[in-house]
Amino acid sequence: MNEELLRVEHLYQYFPAGGHGKNKKYVQAVDDVSFFINKGETLGLVGESGCGKTTTGRSLLRLYEPTKGRIIYDGKVLFDSGNVPLTNEDGIEVMENGKPKFGKKTTVDMKPYRREMQIVFQDPYASLDPRMTVGDIVGEAIDIHGLAANKQERYDKIQKLLECVGLNSEHANRYPHEFSGGQRQRVGIARALAVDPKFIVCDEPISALDVSIQAQVVNMFEDLQQQMGLTYLFIAHDLSVVKHISNRIGVMYLGKLVELADSNELIFHNVHPYTRSLISAIPIADPQAARANKRIVLEGDVPSPLNPPSGCRFRTRCPYATKQCAQEVPEWREVNKGHFAACHNLDKVN
Amino acid sequence: MSEFLVNIEHERLSFFTPVGEVKALNDVSFHIKEGEVLGIVGESGSGKSVTAYSLMGLTAYPGKLLGGTLDFNGHRINDMTEKEMQKMRGNEVSIIFQDPMTSLNPVYTIGNQIREVLKLHTNKTKKEIQERAVELLELVGINEPKKRLKQYPHELSGGMRQRVMIAIALACEPKLLIADEPTTALDVTIQAQILELMMELKDKLGMAIMMITHDLGVVASMCDHIAVMYAGNIVEYGTTDDIFYRPKHEYTKGLIRSIPRMDTTEHERLIPIEGTPVDLLNPPKGCPFASRCDNCMRICLREKAPVIHFDDVHYSTCWMNQKAELEGGTKQ
Repeated sequence: MNEELLRVEHLYQYFPAGGHGKNKKYVQAVDDVSFFINKGETLGLVGESGCGKTTTGRSLLRLYEPTKGRIIYDGKVLFDSGNVPLTNEDGIEVMENGKPKFGKKTTVDMKPYRREMQIVFQDPYASLDPRMTVGDIVGEAIDIHGLAANKQERYDKIQKLLECVGLNSEHANRYPHEFSGGQRQRVGIARALAVDPKFIVCDEPISALDVSIQAQVVNMFEDLQQQMGLTYLFIAHDLSVVKHISNRIGVMYLGKLVELADSNELIFHNVHPYTRSLISAIPIADPQAARANKRIVLEGDVPSPLNPPSGCRFRTRCPYATKQCAQEVPEWREVNKGHFAACHNLDKVN
Repeated sequence: MSEFLVNIEHERLSFFTPVGEVKALNDVSFHIKEGEVLGIVGESGSGKSVTAYSLMGLTAYPGKLLGGTLDFNGHRINDMTEKEMQKMRGNEVSIIFQDPMTSLNPVYTIGNQIREVLKLHTNKTKKEIQERAVELLELVGINEPKKRLKQYPHELSGGMRQRVMIAIALACEPKLLIADEPTTALDVTIQAQILELMMELKDKLGMAIMMITHDLGVVASMCDHIAVMYAGNIVEYGTTDDIFYRPKHEYTKGLIRSIPRMDTTEHERLIPIEGTPVDLLNPPKGCPFASRCDNCMRICLREKAPVIHFDDVHYSTCWMNQKAELEGGTKQ
């Protein structure tokens, strides 16, 4: 069970945003994020819009070339920028002559790995080519990777995939606009499954759907995971759905992971002040509990990732912020077994 | 007139589109008392926004009111001219739209847009209007209001823009505030801020709120009464506790069952409502929910269920209740 499938170390993703030379500005979308995903598990990633969860998902598939960091998939290094320290199995930096040892600069051809790592996009209205039939959308990956020997096999494969996601075979000849949002999302999932992947990044796959349809799609993700032994990185801003589907959950704020733990541990025994306010802000669909719930309302808005606050990025909205928070970036440390958080004032908060 | 601020009875409204008549509202009736918060929940296309817009006379061509009466604050909306309507809008009733990014005019400053309402509806002098605008921004919790008045919408964040929208809506202290998915486009922490602000202002100004949303969590914490809509019908109406703890319509039950719960450590499988919403171009003859209902009976396909009252407020339109009554049991 606890076999590691994917490991991300010190991932940085900066996007240039105007300016020249010295004044060149960067959107610091993802800043020093490290985590791992075990085989067959679901890691949830939550946070507000603009916190870098989608960018993290795309960078680790190398849809964006990461600025810095290392991505290891199934024991093979897919990307290494050559300037982030290596760590051993216990997460301690490997030292050489008193200096941290860096990895070797590596970039591999992703095509063989695309067969193993896939993505389902957020917006089922924008992520399907309106001029291709559903059959061709699903079949495109089969063609590219040469997974079907002849036309008949290709056809059979497409039929099987569509059935697998709860569509029927006559749908293959239709165009995306003929489908509802929930059905389109199923097409998107069928496309991801076409290459028999092991790992799927689900980038807010249900947030564009109606409430009564959401449950259908969530159940389908769970069924597919059981049938095919898939591993998911499930990105969403709706914590109640993420809690439902994930084994572990990571919370992001302004490009940084602030807390990561087992899902029940994170919901009921969270330690980071941001996680706490995020959970209390979720409207509870139960009037009695809602009346009893004391919301921790955060002041102000999320700062701009162009110019994030020094030290801890959450300090401008944190009720516990001290001087130290402005000066030092809090360390990402294990507070309990498998429960990580980055905060200077954990003793005060708890 | 009546004891109700809003009283809608048997409203039927259709949109006449090139492909045919879309029956957006089928016999919708409800009322709102002064100072009350009514939540309207439903999926997209269930008619929740149309209900609100018709109350403000915003369902112009190709929309047409086919029947029923709409009373608001002593006005009969059906008989009002456009001029009278303009006087009412923004003054006695105002609306906050879903998307604060698109509902403010990008080429006018915030101040301009707030002052516009005051200019239209009050006899205040320029100076008084300016003072009131500053006061309004303070009321909705925007710091440095004088500076903000000179800024354009693109200079503000989503949460701030929604606050500005609320300030504009409240400029004339309306009796009724219609909030059409006011927090759907916002993040959860910002959503919490805005909901808190709305409840605070409601207590301060004593207005009624009509809260349109698809998020059951939002209505659970805010509303006194809830109307559940499906395919242009109110399928169930009751107090918040009625809807959450004693739901009587199969759709409401399904809706509540399908949300993942936060407060359990066990992993329970979600129970979805199968199928997809009905096409309002040709709605089914019987109960609109029949095709997706687990307990669908033969009569559900043939006839619409009558309104069944459980107490003074709580009612629903579902044959299952009729059946329970006939069988003499109290089966849920």
